[in-house]
Amino acid sequence: MRLSEHRYRTVASVGGPLLFVEGVVNCRMGEMVRIIYPDGTAVAGEVLKISGRTVLIQVFGETAGIDLGAEVIFSDAVRRAPLSRSMVGRVFNGSFEPIDGLPMFIPEQWGGVNGLPINPTARACPEEFIETGFTAIDTLNTLVKGQKLPIFSCAGLPSREVAAGILRNARLAGGGEFVVVFVALGLTHHDYSFYMDALQEMRTGFVAFVNRADEPVVERLLAPRFGLACAEYLAFSCGMDVLVVVTDITNYCDALREVSTAREELPGRRGYPGYMYSDLASLYERAGRIQGTAGSVTMLPVVTMPEDDITHPIPDLTGYITEGQIVLSRELHQRGVFPPVDVLPSLSRLMQRGIGPGHTRDDHRRIADALYRHYAKGRYVRGLEAVVGREGMMEADRVMLDFADAFEAEVIGQGEARRGIGASLDAGLALLKRFSLEPP
Amino acid sequence: MDGLITGISGPTVTAKIGGVKLCDMVLVGHAGLVGEVVRLEGEQAVVQVYENTLGLGVGEPVVGTGGQLTVTLGPGLVSTMYDGLQRPLERVRAAVGPFIRPCRDIPPLDTAAEWRFEPDRKAGDEVGAGEVIGRIREGAFVHLITAPVPGRLGEVRSGSCTLAEPVAHYEDGSGIFALQKWPVRRPRPFRRKLPPVLPLVTGQRVIDFLFPMVRGGTAIFPGGFGTGKTILEQTIAKFADADLVVYVGCGERGNEMAELLEEFRTLKDQRTGASLLSRTIVVVNTSNMPVAAREASIYTAVTIAEYYRDLGLHVLLLADSISRWGEALREISSSLEEMPGEEGYPTYLSSRLAAFFERAGAVETLNGAIGSLTMILSVSPPGGDFSEPVTQACLRTTGVFLMLDAALAHSRHYPAINWAQSYSLYAAGVTGHFTARVAPAWGEMQQRCRELLQREETLREVAEIVGAEGLQDGDRLLMMTTERIRNEFLCQNAYGDDAFCAPERTAAKMGAILALHDRAEAGLKQGLSLDEALAGGA
Ligand SMILES: Nc1ncnc2c1ncn2[C@@H]1O[C@H](COP(=O)(O)OP(=O)(O)OP(=O)(O)O)[C@@H](O)[C@H]1O
Ligand SMILES: [Mg+2]
Repeated sequence: MRLSEHRYRTVASVGGPLLFVEGVVNCRMGEMVRIIYPDGTAVAGEVLKISGRTVLIQVFGETAGIDLGAEVIFSDAVRRAPLSRSMVGRVFNGSFEPIDGLPMFIPEQWGGVNGLPINPTARACPEEFIETGFTAIDTLNTLVKGQKLPIFSCAGLPSREVAAGILRNARLAGGGEFVVVFVALGLTHHDYSFYMDALQEMRTGFVAFVNRADEPVVERLLAPRFGLACAEYLAFSCGMDVLVVVTDITNYCDALREVSTAREELPGRRGYPGYMYSDLASLYERAGRIQGTAGSVTMLPVVTMPEDDITHPIPDLTGYITEGQIVLSRELHQRGVFPPVDVLPSLSRLMQRGIGPGHTRDDHRRIADALYRHYAKGRYVRGLEAVVGREGMMEADRVMLDFADAFEAEVIGQGEARRGIGASLDAGLALLKRFSLEPP
Repeated sequence: MDGLITGISGPTVTAKIGGVKLCDMVLVGHAGLVGEVVRLEGEQAVVQVYENTLGLGVGEPVVGTGGQLTVTLGPGLVSTMYDGLQRPLERVRAAVGPFIRPCRDIPPLDTAAEWRFEPDRKAGDEVGAGEVIGRIREGAFVHLITAPVPGRLGEVRSGSCTLAEPVAHYEDGSGIFALQKWPVRRPRPFRRKLPPVLPLVTGQRVIDFLFPMVRGGTAIFPGGFGTGKTILEQTIAKFADADLVVYVGCGERGNEMAELLEEFRTLKDQRTGASLLSRTIVVVNTSNMPVAAREASIYTAVTIAEYYRDLGLHVLLLADSISRWGEALREISSSLEEMPGEEGYPTYLSSRLAAFFERAGAVETLNGAIGSLTMILSVSPPGGDFSEPVTQACLRTTGVFLMLDAALAHSRHYPAINWAQSYSLYAAGVTGHFTARVAPAWGEMQQRCRELLQREETLREVAEIVGAEGLQDGDRLLMMTTERIRNEFLCQNAYGDDAFCAPERTAAKMGAILALHDRAEAGLKQGLSLDEALAGGA
């Protein structure tokens, strides 16, 4: 511990969100600093790197207006998140300051922002069914409590309607509901208002961390960490089931790239830093359940795939960490199917544990497998139709074409209305019966 | 050997410290974080820290330990889940709760546990270095306790003992313990390497039949996300006919490891009837645990595996995924500001990988026993593109290449192993073994199966142009047969009773499919229609 605050007026250079200070003694990694601009404004910063007496600081805020005469005050402490049950119902900015006009709450405790890894031996496997109200998810790509399941979208697709639908409709097996932690990263005002309306309608509580498109980019790296610190507290200290929605991860990764470039780090694929996998994992892996604790953290990140490309580093690395993905399709959207979920590339890896006897219905697996298999066949045949034409096809193949069309229109394309799991499975079963494709 | 921190960048710390050697283990900061000296420059040492450096301050102490990063080997390893630095995670959890916090002084092996020591040698005996002086039984395994240096034995104990006290003394009073420490990065010695020839049955039809593995061999399976790497690793871990499995969760998900623990605790080893966990050791560094320890984790695991190999056992090392190790190496290299090679990976990526693969093999141990260490590693190429450096570096050394195909996975064909692109360099030798021991027709059936699948490929292209209606009956029959081969033989659901298939049943299944095909083909030759031929054949 140092006895007094350390103040320096030795800024050597500024560029982008980064600042070099010289002649600093005994500072620590991640130490919080305050930077006082010539006009008196104060912004927060954090120590990124120390080399002898030269310290690299990342500034969380606007660096315009700063000059080399700015004062930097070192706090001797790393960043902590204030935590309390009274966070619920509140809206904060990316630096965890209230923006809903109410005063800051009084913390019950302070917690680390980055979180600690959950000991794998302490994890409880996710296996409790969550009903989202969407057949495409509940029947074919089931979400379970403690899972991290991203929505892969493309520009212009209704990912926010899908996410908002899940927020409105998600129920736990016993009818229990979620507390939502909503993290908005680089959202336009329009999108932001849309989500806030959806949140206000919810009966259960929510906490929002909002960084809008015109707010500091570096805060985008912070907001999800605050959101997750808050989620972990509500889940593992207060026993709540927490659903974390982060949108849009693509903006997060772009912020990461921007800071990395400013640090002159070696760029990896498409300019994103080589450590992006580990960095994303430090967010996604915070989802889960812990043995002997009541709460849970379930995560639904939204990823907009640049150029609709699923092999782009952002969806690619996300897919490598999360437990499946819900993929939205432009083609289905153009045909008016809502939610436009393409079930073929979609996957829920934890589905196996959350369905069937004791979870959903005994025939769930069989119905899901049959729907999937026949639809996959139908889609394959649709590819052939383009070449040989419907006439050149065998009768059995023509049936599969019709099946695929009907499946998209009736089972997937349920519209805005909520479907319970019973109704979802029945819709699938009815379709299979109509085409005499009943599962054994 | 004391010094002070002068700089910190991510997991890399520079310190002013004298008297340390390259690769020495040091303790960093007031918290005593574990680190390894990776570079010496005058008075400065560059240290790779294996734990989170958040909050670490310049001016904090750095202390040399005088030795390298080691693994502790001895009775009590089995059934344990370790992190990349061999910290026993169950006991860490008991000490500090469900989240991993820095904690000191939890030894890798439980020093309070009681074992039975059965001496082979007695007081007064002259022993050479490495000579066996007694044994300790751990479940199905017998640990050989060896003399570290030559000398004459003083006291030799018998019966109950713990790892904390010596099981024997030399005449000069120095002790011989039942545990030993070994530097993780140094391969353990053996008498000589043997050519790997015996098959390693995985219970996966597509592997055993088309792309067989051998004891002491190496295999990789690269595949994009969701193509079934983890399920395949875990299924092999459950069913492979190895004596001991070392499973490395390298930079992957925490939930998968929890699931593995839960499953392996309840599932029975089908050969011995004991719990699967009692033949398994897990080393795990999930994606959100410190990156440098992820880099070390595969060495920790392979050293443990070599130790059991040296007991004359057939050990299987499974790692999911080696790409995460490569990425850890890249992150470390870039924080050391080394010159990058391809895609930012350090230029020593492929030589390190090759040296790691070399630790696999069938050997005659120092005690004259035969043991083997087999490696099956998954690879996670970015964007599913196999031309990337880690896949390519693995391909240069591996004996079996199983290509996981995203298109197959999307059509729920699991395991999604592409039969046209994959290969096994061991196939020729092992096929003979299966032909002699399992089914006389094994080799011939394998040949026919390959041909049928190849011809299907060509026919498929034709069918896509003329439509399936346009094909001849013989060709349609062939396509029906290959569809059965794909759906009933190559596909294997990991969640059902079919998850394991013994070689006998593998041969029988293929035999049945081919017999049906032959009968129908004979029918066609007699002028029957396809439907009639199929009905007659059924
Ligand atoms: N043999 C199999 N039988 C049944 N289902 C399987 C099989 N193999 C894979 N799957 C399905 O594929 C999903 C993905 O598999 P897995 O988690 O092993 O992928 P992965 O290649 O390890 O992905 P990642 O690289 O993201 O870790 C599983 O959750 C399961 O639903
Ligand atoms: Mg995996």
